[in-house]
Amino acid sequence: MYTLLKQIATVGIVSEPPPEADEALRVTRSRLDDAILKQFGRSLAIRHVDAGSCNGCELEIHMAQAAHYNLEGLGIRFVASPRHADMLLVTGPVSRHMAVALRRTYDATPDPKLVVAIGDCGCCGGIFGESYASCGRVSNVIPVDVAVPGCPPAPVAIMQGILTAIARPRR
Amino acid sequence: MTISVTASDIATASIPGAVKARRARVSAAGLRAACDRVRAEGGRLIALWGCDDTDLGAGYVLNVALLDRDGLLCLGLPLPAEHPHYPSIADLFPAAIRMQRSAYDLLGLHAQGSPDSRKWLRHGAWPGGVFPLRKNVPIDAAFEPAPDHYPFVRVEGEGVHEIPVGPVHAGTIEPGHFRFSIVGEAVLRLEQRLGYKHKGIEKRAEGMSLEHCARLAGRVSGDSTVAYAWAYAQAVESLAGVRVPARALWLRAIALELERVHNHLGDLGYLGNDVALAFGFFQFWRLKELVLRLNASIFGHRYLMDYIVPGGVARDLPLEAPGKLAELAAALEAELRTLRGVYDEHAGAQDRFIGAGRVAPELAQRLGLTGMAGRASGLACDLRVDHPIAPYDQLDVRMATHDRGDVAARVAVRFDEVFESLRLVGAMLGQAVAGAVNVPLPVAPAHGFGVGMVEGWRGEVLVALETGAGGNVRRLHPHDPSWQNWPLLERAVIDNIVPDFPLINKSFNLSYSAQDL
Repeated sequence: MYTLLKQIATVGIVSEPPPEADEALRVTRSRLDDAILKQFGRSLAIRHVDAGSCNGCELEIHMAQAAHYNLEGLGIRFVASPRHADMLLVTGPVSRHMAVALRRTYDATPDPKLVVAIGDCGCCGGIFGESYASCGRVSNVIPVDVAVPGCPPAPVAIMQGILTAIARPRR
Repeated sequence: MTISVTASDIATASIPGAVKARRARVSAAGLRAACDRVRAEGGRLIALWGCDDTDLGAGYVLNVALLDRDGLLCLGLPLPAEHPHYPSIADLFPAAIRMQRSAYDLLGLHAQGSPDSRKWLRHGAWPGGVFPLRKNVPIDAAFEPAPDHYPFVRVEGEGVHEIPVGPVHAGTIEPGHFRFSIVGEAVLRLEQRLGYKHKGIEKRAEGMSLEHCARLAGRVSGDSTVAYAWAYAQAVESLAGVRVPARALWLRAIALELERVHNHLGDLGYLGNDVALAFGFFQFWRLKELVLRLNASIFGHRYLMDYIVPGGVARDLPLEAPGKLAELAAALEAELRTLRGVYDEHAGAQDRFIGAGRVAPELAQRLGLTGMAGRASGLACDLRVDHPIAPYDQLDVRMATHDRGDVAARVAVRFDEVFESLRLVGAMLGQAVAGAVNVPLPVAPAHGFGVGMVEGWRGEVLVALETGAGGNVRRLHPHDPSWQNWPLLERAVIDNIVPDFPLINKSFNLSYSAQDL
């Protein structure tokens, strides 16, 4: 126990300041009104859905929750059920075998809800594209608010996408 | 080419390239005889896949890649265009079962006498009787989505009930379905249903240029992008007769060891997290981030995607890189000694690790467990040691093994492997090789065959490649060791409690994407 505590004390706090929202990532005009976004901004619950990725984006979503990025420090946390979520964070080209599960997850998420598509595949189908096995981009299957490109996008970019979705756009 | 005759009287031709490999055309009886011999001599099944040659006026081919003392043995069994069938080899190599089921789903090749002929990769995206990897099915063929009826094995009896989990899981992981049959908290049986991520990688590859396909190969499994890119590059270089400069091989090996390091660090962190030791997650992922940041600064990508290209590597290291790498390796080693001490002495963590998810060495051997998980169950197999390619032939890799086969053993092997990888990076930096880092690719021959195989962090990653008439990709088959290891996870959880499943699963951390293709 002494070593454990010593390690914590020695390492200290490595968290870095979070990024700013970036309106350029927004795919559709914000569908939610300011009052709701204000609530989300204080405590956002995210359900992640891997709809067919190579698993690269998942590595960076994990990293966004680690010490350097400290996503949870912003009041943003991942939850185990879509029924507890305000936002879906969706990766991958949507494989045809995951399309039903993704739609059901979307339907199970209570309104009002947000969807952020993560990675080049989520934004445009990526190298896998559309085929007998792949529906391509996430917005081909469910509505998307914000899309974050990258292969995979860095943790800061993922955070920026999430923060953009809950930012109150200037009107 | 040299022709040699092996013990089972198959005339084989050597396949040029970095991997010691040979190939042969066999009859159905010859295939079974060769499998039987390799199994009896302690060899292994690496992969099984099919090809459609009907557009060339031939039939189909069933390919089986085996590993014996002499290296890789690629067997091709020609099959007729009408009702293609072959004798199942699942009685000799149980790991073949899911590969045979997939060869049926994708190409309609029927394994006669297989103990399980249910569909595997096919859900509802295409109907039974349609085989999407056949040349007469276009990549954009659209089918009416059909319901996916899958006959799970049912366990019956007093107090038995089922827990269906997935495909969307509670954590941030890949999708798959797990059907637990339980009594109270104890798992009687686990049945996996994978294939949710099938996104048509093999079909997508067809017609791609060899250069462009390297990007696709590097995205079969994002956490193993270096292993896939290297194995793919080997396959291209084998096929096109390219000799890669020594410095490029040295850089590839440094990249592969850094990939092993960052994956083991990530999993060691989550293994702590899964036993309520959040300290582990934050400490190991902090160290992992240091590796990824260095990767970005010296290789140009956090996960080293697209760094290895056919012919060499994309770019040389900047001047300051060796110093930075050596500095990070030393810092990591010191911190990891501290963290290993914390894990070893943490009674709560050890209570969960020890005895959980055990795969006994005898079972591992019989069912063909491989890679890191195999080494934790007493199977001393590591391509870097058994069949070392350059520069591993100069490095004297020390293999980590354990004989208990439980979560604690897989934790121990991962720690040992991180230390060894850091030592190898140090050793490579100490014997820096000068020279070019890539050579241009010549025009690839039409109808060539190449193969590559490297020891990724999970185990051996194989890539087989055929070119078509124009020298572009005709058939790409990437194979992940997860194919071999997923069935053993079903066995590992028997008699464990359901809440230990996430821990046991993470201790293997198998790929869904690379299995579903």
